[in-house]
Amino acid sequence: MSLDQLVHLLGYGFVQQAIEAGIVIAIVSGIVSRFVVARNMAFAVHALSELGFTGSAGAILIGVSPVLGLLAGTLLTALFIGALGVRVRERDSVVGVVMAFGLGLGVLFLTLSSGFATQAFSILFGAITGVSSGDVLLLLVIGAITLAALAMVYRPLMFATVDPEVAEARGVPVRLLAVVFLLILAAAVAEAVQVVGVLLILTLLITPGATAEQLTAAPGRATVLSVGIALLSVLGGILLALLTNLPVSFFVSSLSFSCYMLGRFAVGPWLRGRERARGAAVQGVVAVGE
Amino acid sequence: MSDPTVRFDHATLAYGRREVWRELSLRVEPGSFVAVLGPNGSGKTSLLRVVLGLAAMSAGSVEVLGQPPRRGNPAIGYVPQAQALDRDLPLRGRDLVRLGLDGHRWGVGRPDRTSARRVAEAIASVEAGAYADAPIGRLSGGERQRLRIAQALVGDPQLLLCDEPLAHLDLRHQGEITELVGAWHRRTGRTVLFVTHDVNPVLAFVDHVLFVVNGRWAAGAPDEVLTSERLSELYGSHVDVLRVHGRILVVGEAFGAGFEMEEPHHLPSTADEGAHAPEVVP
Repeated sequence: MSLDQLVHLLGYGFVQQAIEAGIVIAIVSGIVSRFVVARNMAFAVHALSELGFTGSAGAILIGVSPVLGLLAGTLLTALFIGALGVRVRERDSVVGVVMAFGLGLGVLFLTLSSGFATQAFSILFGAITGVSSGDVLLLLVIGAITLAALAMVYRPLMFATVDPEVAEARGVPVRLLAVVFLLILAAAVAEAVQVVGVLLILTLLITPGATAEQLTAAPGRATVLSVGIALLSVLGGILLALLTNLPVSFFVSSLSFSCYMLGRFAVGPWLRGRERARGAAVQGVVAVGE
Repeated sequence: MSDPTVRFDHATLAYGRREVWRELSLRVEPGSFVAVLGPNGSGKTSLLRVVLGLAAMSAGSVEVLGQPPRRGNPAIGYVPQAQALDRDLPLRGRDLVRLGLDGHRWGVGRPDRTSARRVAEAIASVEAGAYADAPIGRLSGGERQRLRIAQALVGDPQLLLCDEPLAHLDLRHQGEITELVGAWHRRTGRTVLFVTHDVNPVLAFVDHVLFVVNGRWAAGAPDEVLTSERLSELYGSHVDVLRVHGRILVVGEAFGAGFEMEEPHHLPSTADEGAHAPEVVP
């Protein structure tokens, strides 16, 4: 496909909607992934995502919007995990227990609904360009609410994440924030699944945050970088998919993976080397490292 | 003016049926430097949690700065144990100190000059400027604890709580950290509650000690409390308090023969073994 055709495609409503939704989803994912990495919650993300699948399978079975079903699935799971296992040691086993049962339900729903195969495929692997305009609106609303919630709790959540003991001593409601973050995470998962699908969820909810950590030690800058990487991956992924007619989720995951590899093995080490050189020049000897 | 900074009145703390300490009555006067001593599991940390409003007592009352304890009291600074932090954690010392200033507030938090200046001053006061912008996970334990002190002091507290801030530090760094706390105490005339295994590093600054063992306690000037007689009574077994080269060593039957300690042990305080744990104020 030529660039002319791409420009032509960009004129279509469904493409513009996909890009709008993609921008909101990328911003949410970029911020949330910072906390997912710092709080070590990859497994919880995966469980939320897979039970989102169960939710949307259930929604399709009873003829409701799969996006709503997905959100219901992730929120319910978040509440369940929050109620049973806020403490870190418990969390993984609770997540595992809930995930196993939820997937069992998913299989049941999948079998009961006929003609589900295509929709199941798009939920598992993502299909942002196939989302109906009503659902795009829904995604924008969920995204806006999630961003507002994140803006409200960002600072104490960061405190509770990186320095829980002192945060608690300073009166930060650490346990409450853990549950609030689970709910925010549930919404973020429901959003990101639209782009990359249930199975590739970590490409938006881990990779941007993990890449940002390689690039800077400043927490604010890390969040901005994480959002930038998520935006690049999502928008780049949508455009490349339009150009090539290959799956969006393939391009999104390839782009975010490339960012990670570059950050981890090229840009990150280079930045640290420069930092060390500068520090050594200023102080004579740097007191960094054990 | 005569209000004590912290007052415990017949205070008992129990988790379930286990009493951590009972009938504790203590006045911490403004401007005093109190060392809280005792074996692991004797409830030293719980005492700080009560003052911070994070744990409620089962009986008795407590007042902090003339009021019942409340969570997030801005008049209290808190220094935890030195913990290892993830090397890749995107957080600099400057950010850690900043969290101590306004990390508890809702919202995103925008950069502002006044806060940045206060943070810079706090960092300068502990002489941590050289590494305040390095990733905190890559600093040494001593460097990190300096920043912890700055984090606790940046809010200009009336009362500073230190929970084993010397644990995991070598002797030189122990000296540096206590010197920082001591200097702040002298300069501001504010109050310090310092939980520690080993009274020796803070001996020069301490005017009162609270010794807690198996739910029993003793409080007073160091010379009154740290005696063979008082501690034997407290432990319920024979204990010798020796003064050697200006250091205080506590040696007891219960700890095994000839126990002596240069550096404190750092067992997690989950153990409920009380006097059997081989650490006490050396």
